Amino acid sequence: MTQTAIVVVYLILLLGLGYLSSRLFRGNSNDYFVASRSIGPLVLFMSIFGTTMTAFAMVGSTGEAYRVGIATYGKVASSSALIHSACFFLVGLPLWALGKRNGFHTQIEFFRARFESSKIGYLLFPILVGLIIPYLLVGLLGAGTVMQGVTRGAFPDLFPNTGGAVPPWLTMLVISCVVLYYIFAGGVRSAAWANTFQTLVFMVMGFIAFVTISSKLGGMQAASAMVDPAKAVRAGNLTELQFLSYCFIPLSVGMFPHLFQNCLTAKSANSFKLTLVAHPIAIMLTWIPCILIGLWATGAVMPDGVTPVVPAGSSPNAVLGMMVGKLATPIIGGLVTAGIMAAIMSSLDSQFVAVGTMFTKDIVVHSFGADRFSEKQKVLLARGFICTIVLVTYLFTLAEPRQVFSLGVWCFSGFAGLFPLVFAAIYWKKATKAGAYAAILGGAISWLVLFQASGYGADGSYLVAGVMPVAVIFATCAVCMLVVSLFTQVPSQATLDKFFVKKS
Amino acid sequence: MSKGAVIAFMLVLFVLHQDFWLRDNASLVLGIVPASLAYHMAFTVLAALGWFVVVTFAWPKFSEEDGDEEGDQ
Repeated sequence: MTQTAIVVVYLILLLGLGYLSSRLFRGNSNDYFVASRSIGPLVLFMSIFGTTMTAFAMVGSTGEAYRVGIATYGKVASSSALIHSACFFLVGLPLWALGKRNGFHTQIEFFRARFESSKIGYLLFPILVGLIIPYLLVGLLGAGTVMQGVTRGAFPDLFPNTGGAVPPWLTMLVISCVVLYYIFAGGVRSAAWANTFQTLVFMVMGFIAFVTISSKLGGMQAASAMVDPAKAVRAGNLTELQFLSYCFIPLSVGMFPHLFQNCLTAKSANSFKLTLVAHPIAIMLTWIPCILIGLWATGAVMPDGVTPVVPAGSSPNAVLGMMVGKLATPIIGGLVTAGIMAAIMSSLDSQFVAVGTMFTKDIVVHSFGADRFSEKQKVLLARGFICTIVLVTYLFTLAEPRQVFSLGVWCFSGFAGLFPLVFAAIYWKKATKAGAYAAILGGAISWLVLFQASGYGADGSYLVAGVMPVAVIFATCAVCMLVVSLFTQVPSQATLDKFFVKKS
Repeated sequence: MSKGAVIAFMLVLFVLHQDFWLRDNASLVLGIVPASLAYHMAFTVLAALGWFVVVTFAWPKFSEEDGDEEGDQ
């Protein structure tokens, strides 16, 4: 009951923040979609970091650490410390400059202009939106599972079918509505502000959860002494080839449509400096408590000294909820749950805005012309499409659930697999339109084939010849781009001059 | 600082990330953090320091023309 009340108060606070930013909304699409390119270093960092940290980072990482141990940090988090910042430097920064000079609002506008092809947008749009849906699913499933875990027994009369816990469908519905409200109120500016606030909340609450749980287990040393020794090493949990090929996963940030849009909101190139340096540290501060909680869960017992906190065979998605629900006081449990919701919503909002922007700019306005719709109508169209995608995602959540970590990895694999497309577009003058089509189709088809072969994510340990599927998708995309570009016509000189500005 | 130095820095960090020499080491640093996890924490701090050096000494020139105001929202 207390936990639910705290989460409800937090959601009301977010609604208030949405209302405040709506007072600052300038009412035009440039402000709605890229906040009039006015976001400074601190908000840019918090917004980008908040966007990249979702249920995957909190619920997923804890569950995966419980399942395969400490290798979880090395295979995703510490590699991201290096590769995320590299993507911001090598991709985000040039895209920001090109976007500012040429007035781009979306990735697709960039690719259309770079490869002199209108139709490439119609090919890329369903693929990008299709890949975002599993990302949204990760967030909603994570929120539903955690809320169910920490509220078990709180409402026995109201929700008898879930053991008195708030059912996942209700949490997911409420979370979706709150995020929809505040992004509808102020678009990407509202999302950036909410992300800043929520990033602070989930980092502080994560730390509180960590301290509370370790104290309840008798201190950090006592908690670590109880862990399953097999989970304290990488050997036996992850092969070296798997570990190496996991490094492709963080490249996904170079192709996330919502991060592209976040980068465009920057006021200046210097705004990125803080993000490059602080992002690795923020990753560590968020992931380490979750990894240790997941590791401790492998051996933690209740105060009776016998009953395991997390019973054998529990779903990895439920580990964080159980550790918080059983080892923290109701108030701390409520605050931590609010923090987890914050992490999840801080990603959902940017993703919602990005899909709305792509639909309006890349499909509707591109097809019917810029003057066909008023500024207000453009914003309305974006909102309508966002609602449709949220509804579709919500319906998916009612199907058979998947492990949050595994679903997240598949989503990231799709975006990371398309990384050669954006990298070639920025750095390789000889990258051609035909090469771009081949790269997109090669990446998308290989992703689909492998995703299907894994039982649509049901097999969480699916590998191709011992390597992560992302390596195969990436290689397919890169080879298609390289080979086809070498044998087809390069873009016009005018286009190359626009995208490859000579440095003075 | 040259482009080559930045690429070399990233490659060195990438190699350091593959800590196969610790894959069997189950000892706990300070009795709390498993050795490989402690190593990757140190790696993360090193990556941040590396990026600090890059933004200080190897910031690309083209970005200067696009405005350098530092005001925050």
